[in-house]
Amino acid sequence: MTPVATPFFFYLLSGLAIAGGLLVITRRNAVHSALALIVTLLAVAGLYLMLYAPFVAGVQIIVYAGGIMVLFLFVIMLVSLERTIKERQFNRMWPVGLFAACALLALFMSVFAKGRALFPDRVPPPPEASNTQQIGVMLYGNYMFAFEIASLLLLVAILGAVIMAKKRI
Amino acid sequence: MVPITTIHYLVVAAALFVLGVIGVLTRRNVVIVLMSIELILNAVNLNLVAFSRMWGGLQGQVFSIFIVVDAAAEAAVGLGILIAFFRNKETINVDEIDLLKW
Repeated sequence: MTPVATPFFFYLLSGLAIAGGLLVITRRNAVHSALALIVTLLAVAGLYLMLYAPFVAGVQIIVYAGGIMVLFLFVIMLVSLERTIKERQFNRMWPVGLFAACALLALFMSVFAKGRALFPDRVPPPPEASNTQQIGVMLYGNYMFAFEIASLLLLVAILGAVIMAKKRI
Repeated sequence: MVPITTIHYLVVAAALFVLGVIGVLTRRNVVIVLMSIELILNAVNLNLVAFSRMWGGLQGQVFSIFIVVDAAAEAAVGLGILIAFFRNKETINVDEIDLLKW
């Protein structure tokens, strides 16, 4: 199956992702930022689909857009203050931060420009086998130990979050 | 049109990463700082998946799943800390969170 109009969808999705990211860091109201972040996450999930990674795209939509963003919206609701919207949104050192971030972007771009020859110009052929099954085999084969450590990490995170948010321990 | 290769994805991921860094360094609202960290983790994930497509293996995708797990844990603990802090100090501005500064 040959992909259709790949450049168009790539530019559409990456434009959506970057526009969403810009809105995340510029909006005054945290709820608007969260909604823009959801747009970015869905666009990045579309990019994963274009990279033949349907399982990662599904995880992105279910865990990020479905789980983490709901958590963010709940916390915004719990800690919302009217005066936060009215006061200054950027800290006093924002020119320094902006300069540092632009320097970082220039560093990335110069690295990409210098290492351009390392990346192949042709598009690799699409993979044949089923992606989800292969990822499952790898997770329960080679990466078994890391998988168990991840479950332990999640358990610790649950305990930490509950203890932090509890009024009295 | 130019075919879309790995470098295109890397440039998009770099742009998302820098947007996240700008958010972390300049915003005052802690919730938006945490969202910017999510942006950074997404950029890293996009890089990993693009490289996994370039090399034809699946290791990058497995790693990106582990990074999603990390992001979930980080968001849960960070927001828990934020709620505990908000209960004590009634503020969510980063520059007013200075209990450790004397």
